[in-house]
Amino acid sequence: MDNLIIAGKTYTSRLLVGTGKYKDFDETRAAVETSGAEIITVAIRRTNIGQNAGEPNLLDVLPPSQYTLLPNTAGCYTVEDAVRTLRLARELLDGHSLVKLEVLGDPKTLYPNMVETLKAAEILIKEDFQVMVYTSDDPIVAKQLEDMGCVAVMPLASLIGSGMGILNPWNLQIIIDNAKIPVLVDAGVGTASDATIAMELGCDGVLMNTAIAAANNPVLMASAMRKAVEAGREAYLAGRMARKLYSASPSSPADGVIGCSNTGK
Amino acid sequence: MIQLTVNGQPQQFEAPINVTQLVDHLALQGKRIAIERNGEIVPRSQFSQQMLAHGDQLEVVVAVGGG
Repeated sequence: MDNLIIAGKTYTSRLLVGTGKYKDFDETRAAVETSGAEIITVAIRRTNIGQNAGEPNLLDVLPPSQYTLLPNTAGCYTVEDAVRTLRLARELLDGHSLVKLEVLGDPKTLYPNMVETLKAAEILIKEDFQVMVYTSDDPIVAKQLEDMGCVAVMPLASLIGSGMGILNPWNLQIIIDNAKIPVLVDAGVGTASDATIAMELGCDGVLMNTAIAAANNPVLMASAMRKAVEAGREAYLAGRMARKLYSASPSSPADGVIGCSNTGK
Repeated sequence: MIQLTVNGQPQQFEAPINVTQLVDHLALQGKRIAIERNGEIVPRSQFSQQMLAHGDQLEVVVAVGGG
């Protein structure tokens, strides 16, 4: 079996999905189920005080018994906020230590602040968290994160929520070639072909949220993404043909064409 | 009278309370939550033992949809 292994745990799906931006929990659940994802990201936020006490909880809809929940640090701009958020997440999820670290640098681009990300990763790893880390597509930083003990590196394809696709496949290629831990594209996928290209490059998986949630039909896009990731993975494993501007090698026999007096040349 | 800050909002109580009583007061009993007190995690197992003090800063969080 061609499985994805992260921090020693085996997953059959290479598509990881977020749970934000859906119109309601029914749509969230339908999209997540259709995607086939086993690892789903969640955010950690202050609970409403004194209002909506009876409102449904995301974890009732997507129970930790059924999915591997990946708490994130979305919205955190400092080491302290990111580390505190994940400590709370671990307590919330009964000691679950697999987390997604992101420390953002700027609210306009949501580009990661890699200096702060490296510091936060170091603290979290010392506290025995298993850190999947959102990173810029800098091959040197990606390698540093691996060397310090992150369990997966997750370079952006393009900016969070942008849907711009893979802007620098060459950097991704270098990161993949250098890495001994899983490399997952996180952020920037806009449509199914983007996910397929990421997998064809040799990524171990793809993490997305907006590409599904912001589609006109999120559940149908979840289905498309599932197939796209599978197709890209199979194409990667199969090994694509070489690119040639001219092949002079038609797929059908050159000989025996009717009405021809020559040999087919 | 003690004053606590819960998720950034001031909350007054007539008498000292523990974390379990705060959770009840917030109508969050039985909910999946996690609590941080002055920057430190309060394990669920210690909710009933930990008395809150005037000026405590508390963060009460849940999991929500996110990417």
